[in-house]
Amino acid sequence: MDVVEASGLGKRYGRTWALRECTLEIPAGRVAALVGPNGAGKSTLLNLAVGLSAPSAGAVTVLGGRRAGSPAALDGIAFVAQDTPVYKTLSVADMLSITRSLNRRFDQPYARARLEELGIPLKRKAGKLSGGQQAQLALTLALARRPQLLVLDEPVAMLDPVARHDFMATVLAAAAADGVSVLLSSHVLTELERVANYLILLSRGQVRLAGEVDDLLATHGQASLEELAMTYLRENPPSEVTR
Amino acid sequence: MTTLTTPARRGEDDARPRPLPWRRMAGVTWRQHRIALIAVAVLLGALAVYLWIAGTSLHNAYDAAVACHPQSSAACQGLDNTVSGMDNFLSNGYILQVLPVLIGAFAGAPVLARELETGTFRYAWTQGFGRRRWAVAKLTLLAVAVTAAAGAFGALLTWYYQPFLSDHQFLGLPRTSPFAPGMFDLRGVGFPAWTLAAFAIGVLAGMLIRRVVPAIATTLVVYVGLAFAAAGFLREHYLAPLLTANPNANLPGNAWIVSTWWTKDGRVAFGDYPPASILNQFCPPTSSVKGGGASEGWGPCLLQHGYTMWTSYQPTSRFWPFQWIEGGWLLALSVLLIGAAIWLVQRRAA
Repeated sequence: MDVVEASGLGKRYGRTWALRECTLEIPAGRVAALVGPNGAGKSTLLNLAVGLSAPSAGAVTVLGGRRAGSPAALDGIAFVAQDTPVYKTLSVADMLSITRSLNRRFDQPYARARLEELGIPLKRKAGKLSGGQQAQLALTLALARRPQLLVLDEPVAMLDPVARHDFMATVLAAAAADGVSVLLSSHVLTELERVANYLILLSRGQVRLAGEVDDLLATHGQASLEELAMTYLRENPPSEVTR
Repeated sequence: MTTLTTPARRGEDDARPRPLPWRRMAGVTWRQHRIALIAVAVLLGALAVYLWIAGTSLHNAYDAAVACHPQSSAACQGLDNTVSGMDNFLSNGYILQVLPVLIGAFAGAPVLARELETGTFRYAWTQGFGRRRWAVAKLTLLAVAVTAAAGAFGALLTWYYQPFLSDHQFLGLPRTSPFAPGMFDLRGVGFPAWTLAAFAIGVLAGMLIRRVVPAIATTLVVYVGLAFAAAGFLREHYLAPLLTANPNANLPGNAWIVSTWWTKDGRVAFGDYPPASILNQFCPPTSSVKGGGASEGWGPCLLQHGYTMWTSYQPTSRFWPFQWIEGGWLLALSVLLIGAAIWLVQRRAA
């Protein structure tokens, strides 16, 4: 099963194409990293995949052919958006309750245990939590939905190194233990080195490279994911696609 | 989870799950908007207590004045004066005029604007409940709650204002038309209908503007424009006004006079006020005929010279038909505005 399948996918804002001619298949069971410089179209692709925006061209399906944004798709995907938005005036307990009400599945014991482990008090207002704790709360809420696919948009961009490490550890634990497929975007390549086994390289709204990390490294003769991405972006300046 | 009846569904997705029950949004809506809902309840509750106390003493004084015999006695005059002195509750109700728009703007505008401003819509619209159903449930629940609270308060206002609209003209109370601005939209279905309209304007403004404070400001401006348009231009046209010549004899006490004009020999002579040429010809402004109003100065004089004064008016008996007409179009408008907001939620790109 492919967790994300896009064909000829494009998104235009006004006269600018944020994403063009995007065709890819992300197989299940991977931790897939969506990398590329700022403005490459990473958030656009993720928003299309979770159904927050509608394509201007082409189509995208998720979890084996479900239309992105359809009830069946929403049921199986948990999304943590950029800057991990939570309702700042609500308590952590309220956030749990709301997320539980809004979803078919919600693993309350997991969520409570996880928050206790993290030292996040249930009575605390979400807005009073540190940035790292807010991110962990958003991630916990997403994982407690027991999704088949977890989508994370720049999840660690705003976090300090310790919080980054903790956040990624939680993601990896979920991927390993529960077989959750993960699709995450980042412009910080070093973060992805340890976690990703599938890579999609985006630049200027187009897919430059996609595949298993091991295969890509072997094919292109690079030692690390970061080197591969940097080399590829340098050697293939995307100027020919700009208009 | 219960799986009592799951009829085979034909849809675009074979694995299409059964939608989550609507009732789940009740708790979600309460948790997210309890501060606004409690604020509305406290505001209206405090005013209701005040209104109840003021209304009880007003009704008691009114009943005493009506029952007093003989009316000309000094004791009865004193009771009349007591009632007359009570008509200044919250500046004659003008302060209450701002309640619907305050409730509507502060409860309605942030509902979607705050989600868009803080980015939490990315959370809310990707949950299993689905964004269209999320918007439908949340907006319906809040609209019903706000309208119900305003409806209860409107019923209390209707009761309070009864003495001012009675036919007991022996009282020194000012003769108030039930159609007067401030009387019409505070009573009956007017109050909840205008509150609902303000809420709906706020919701759509919030969806379009995506910022809480500008959305509230826009709601205030749009609402005031709509309220003035309704009071100044729309309301008098709900039903064709009745027509009478010789108003002094026929016009019921506190009817709403829409317009007056004068005719002579079957032709319209002038509108509210005669031109100088007519006045100079028939009723020159001498010491006996002062410029004054139509009822004292030139009015009776022109009647003697073959002029007829026509008055178009809305009788008091049309109060309730007018209330339902206004409530009806405000309800339709509110449904339309909230529907537009839901449509925008469904199609808005992130």
